[in-house]
Amino acid sequence: MEENSMAEVFNDIKKPENLVYSKSKVLTDNVMHYCPGCSHGVVHRILAEVIEELGVQDKTIGVAPVGCSVLMYNYIDIDWQEAAHGRAPAVGTAINRLWPEKIVFTYQGDGDLAAIGTAETIHACNRGENMIMLFINNGIYGMTGGQMAPTTLKGMKSSTCPFGREPAQDGNPLKITELLAQLPGTSLVTRQAVHTPAAVRKTKKALLKAFENQKQKKGTSVIEVVSTCNSGWKMTPVESNKWMAENMFPFYPLGDFKDE
Amino acid sequence: MAKMIGLIEVDIETCKGCSLCVEACPTSVIELAEEVNGKGYNYAYMENPDACIGCANCSMVCPDSCITVYRKKVEMV
Ligand SMILES: Cc1ncc(C[n+]2csc(CCOP(=O)(O)OP(=O)(O)O)c2C)c(N)n1
Ligand code: SF4
Ligand code: SF4
Ligand code: SF4
Ligand SMILES: [Mg+2]
Repeated sequence: MEENSMAEVFNDIKKPENLVYSKSKVLTDNVMHYCPGCSHGVVHRILAEVIEELGVQDKTIGVAPVGCSVLMYNYIDIDWQEAAHGRAPAVGTAINRLWPEKIVFTYQGDGDLAAIGTAETIHACNRGENMIMLFINNGIYGMTGGQMAPTTLKGMKSSTCPFGREPAQDGNPLKITELLAQLPGTSLVTRQAVHTPAAVRKTKKALLKAFENQKQKKGTSVIEVVSTCNSGWKMTPVESNKWMAENMFPFYPLGDFKDE
Repeated sequence: MAKMIGLIEVDIETCKGCSLCVEACPTSVIELAEEVNGKGYNYAYMENPDACIGCANCSMVCPDSCITVYRKKVEMV
């Protein structure tokens, strides 16, 4: 195409009525500190989109974890509370009980939710606290330098198991989401991913459902997102997505465990 | 016959050159530039603009919300 006619075509397409996708207004202009290609960014993005689409920016309160997403209150323009490592479900419980009319979610990594915070996680779900728990499972402690997490796969390398996780010494990887599905307090328990456009759309749908459940006071909605930590895994973002599909999904299968 | 033509705009300065959009595009529109942005990343751009169908797959996987997508239906003669 000629330069001129191409510019013409572009101008013709680039009109408000032809807009298909633009950045959510619930996201701030701060550039996220995450490594290039990190799953955290994708999940933040669709979370902001869901909050915008449901028109609940004024009444949603997030509880930020300790982990790479510790600064996420800088990126999504809602009310936030920072929790100590693993304690987000306890803080979420308090918010939920003080302000039952608000929408409350926690956002936690696997180290946060499934290691140091296991007790808080299980008891909040068992009580059926009316909140959403978003669980970013990248199989590693991303923030602190890629140490082994409870979710690290058998044979998977990390800085504290450089030859691969050996269950006889290191214990077995924990499927905490399957465990949480057994508890009477949970209503929606699902495992999703954000490695392809279709997967992103599905995770967004699960989020919409979880927000709807909160409005209907159905108890705890748990959404696990099997994620990548390309820096910790020492792969490119594209390689990480492939590795995740090949290695994480067989052990952490995607799908709904509970939808009541 | 009608055809969808698309256009993406990449926010060059916030792009981190992760390449996830390149991988997600069904019609191989996007590539990473030889040049780098202010942060030193090879940013994404439309190498084959004619092939864009405005499906928004690229914007779906972008962790940094850098991509704006437009789509228009045109009648082919
Ligand atoms: C009480 C306490 N113990 C330990 C730490 C150190 N620490 C910070 S982040 C982290 C683990 C983060 O891993 P994860 O929750 O999986 O989040 P990711 O960075 O992978 O997203 C640990 C152990 C801390 N900040 N506070
Ligand atoms: S260390 Fe891992 S989890 Fe943390 S920002 Fe980088 S890629 Fe993401
Ligand atoms: S809108 Fe679709 S076709 Fe166009 S660049 Fe993005 S992924 Fe490719
Ligand atoms: S997905 Fe986003 S950040 Fe990554 S290369 Fe494409 S535009 Fe840049
Ligand atoms: Mg982690």
